[in-house]
Amino acid sequence: MPIRTVMKANEAAAWAAKLAKPKVIAAFPITPSTLVPEKISEFVANGELDAEFIKVESEHSAISACVGASAAGVRTFTATASQGLALMHEILFIAAGMRLPIVIAVGNRALSAPINIWNDWQDTISERDTGWLQFYAENNQEALDLILMAFKVAEDERVLLPAMVGFDAFILTHTVEPVEIPDQELVDEFLGEYEPKHAYLDPARPITQGTLAFPAHYMEARYTVWQANENAKKVIDEVFAEFEKRFGRKYQKVEEYRTDDAEIIFVTMGSLAGTVKEYVDHLREKGLKVGAAKLTVYRPFPTEEVRELAKKAKVLALLEKNVTFSVGGALFQDFSRALINQEEKPKIVDFILGLGGRDVTFKDLDEALAIAQKALAGEEFDEVNWIGLRKEIL
Amino acid sequence: MAVRKPPITTREYWAPGHAACAGCGCAIALKLATKAFSEAMEEKYGDPNAFAIAQATGCMEVVSAVFPYTAWKVPWVHVAFENAAAAASGVEAAWKKLGRKGKILAIGGDGGTADIGMQALSGMLERWHNVVYLMYDNEAYMNTGIQRSSSTPYGAWTTTSPPGKYSIGEDKPKKWVALIAAAHQVPYVATASIGNPFDFVRKMKKAAKVDGPAFVQVHCTCPTGWKSPLEKGVEIARLAIETGVWPLFEIENGDFHNIKIQPPGGGAKVKREGGKVVAIEFKKPIEEYLKLQGRFKHLFKKPEAIDELREQIKAMWKVLGVDVTLPKPEE
Repeated sequence: MPIRTVMKANEAAAWAAKLAKPKVIAAFPITPSTLVPEKISEFVANGELDAEFIKVESEHSAISACVGASAAGVRTFTATASQGLALMHEILFIAAGMRLPIVIAVGNRALSAPINIWNDWQDTISERDTGWLQFYAENNQEALDLILMAFKVAEDERVLLPAMVGFDAFILTHTVEPVEIPDQELVDEFLGEYEPKHAYLDPARPITQGTLAFPAHYMEARYTVWQANENAKKVIDEVFAEFEKRFGRKYQKVEEYRTDDAEIIFVTMGSLAGTVKEYVDHLREKGLKVGAAKLTVYRPFPTEEVRELAKKAKVLALLEKNVTFSVGGALFQDFSRALINQEEKPKIVDFILGLGGRDVTFKDLDEALAIAQKALAGEEFDEVNWIGLRKEIL
Repeated sequence: MAVRKPPITTREYWAPGHAACAGCGCAIALKLATKAFSEAMEEKYGDPNAFAIAQATGCMEVVSAVFPYTAWKVPWVHVAFENAAAAASGVEAAWKKLGRKGKILAIGGDGGTADIGMQALSGMLERWHNVVYLMYDNEAYMNTGIQRSSSTPYGAWTTTSPPGKYSIGEDKPKKWVALIAAAHQVPYVATASIGNPFDFVRKMKKAAKVDGPAFVQVHCTCPTGWKSPLEKGVEIARLAIETGVWPLFEIENGDFHNIKIQPPGGGAKVKREGGKVVAIEFKKPIEEYLKLQGRFKHLFKKPEAIDELREQIKAMWKVLGVDVTLPKPEE
């Protein structure tokens, strides 16, 4: 029987790792995800998880050790956030290029300077071009489920890419919520043992990994990462469907909420999706035709689903906790690209909000709504809007 | 006619056909190191192939693993410049979980070890991974075109330590990574040289057989970066030993009171007390080593710089507990 309990997203992530039975975990403490390796080290100490836990001296070495372990042919896991993920940056490319299905749990946190330990998505968004798959959890249950599914997708022979699962700092990492821990047996059936066919370090069949490629081969190697990302779209759908069948919880790359007949659709990721759904309910009560959509998967970018979504709205209002300077947010860029050559397309308004842990309130969303309504009415509007700024201290 | 057993296995792990420069001393080091490793694995586990390599970016990596070719006949992985020790930690942990017998060999040059890889090395040693770290020390960043590293000796020309009106070349003493490694009190630390291959092989075998981490720093020549004759690599390396420039020693379990010094040869007089080397009187001046290398050519116009180098070498030996006499060349 699955256990229904309450826990923080950090604990849920550790539980997901325990259920996935990685053989090597390497991690370094960083706020807000420190509890993940702490909990895992307890599992290992108590014999509940039969794994090597490497207490590395930095995140750079954490991911390097994961690459070594994954190249040796075992399931591998780590957790980090913010500066820690940034410190891994170089090796993230390498893990993807070497096609190693490592999974990282990331407590999404702002980047310095100024130093700030609270939530936004700049850390993972900044790694969007590394080749890693990216999932964003709305709540603690999703953090657990998505980590399990991330392993399954990452290890699929059509994909073989590393994956990161983000869950918002403090809003989720440190907040206790009801979580259902699935049965180990069912997880075992779902995930199976990782059997490497392309990456192993076995003296009986020696191979060379991590080679140098001259211009004659580099582009092709990069293209295979592109292809693997494309393949992942279908694999993710399959894995989501299988997960629903086995565990009863439904996931979609783009999850829609009250989008039928909507004129304005708010699009977001992570825990903010919960707030926005509430807000949509609140607006619907007032008779406003608004809906919400959540990207559960950000890489590979769900272009087809976004195009379908766009057909339903006159205005897409993107709510994002990250900045791409002189552009807006990363989603704005991605949505613009997905829709630019479509015959009919909605207006896209971008909202940057909630950076560094600033609360996103209904008042902030009202501010965004007012601008989206201007766009809907055909009035002039700013494409990029910083919401909830304290202009008095600028 | 009796056939003599070769002094080391004829098995090759670093195969011919790699792209190292002619006369590359580091290629010799890797060839010997893997052979020694294989012998140790055979003796310890009954399987000469029971090892894998995690290697740092550097000359020896780029010349041996150019897709779609490889010079490696052993499981081998390269990740990045600074993390051979961390990657090796991961491989070792995975092998442990897989129940695989054997040992991991991590390989890095002086840049990837003494500088950018120092933190990962320290972490790996401190966590007591069952890994031998081999630092091939050619005393500069040769892969990127001969820039100084912290392992570059005083006075040496490199592209970032050029001698000039206000410069003698590299202006800092060499960093002795073996001593830093030994401070982790790991089972085995040694320096070696391609100038004494038997000693090197013995040490690599010893390192491979200990349980726990080990560190070996092998001095190897780079004709390209040292501006030295292609065919004189081993001779130059041997001169480094015989003139006192390169000490050969072993430190076990971090016991700095019991440093084992290998006799330098070259006519040097070794004085022992209670079996311990306490003084060495070198007969060959360091100039004999320096003069074969273009990277030190400018020093001969400033003999006081050579004297400074002599003092630094003496100071380094002092740390090893040995008083050395370094002669000046006869006028």
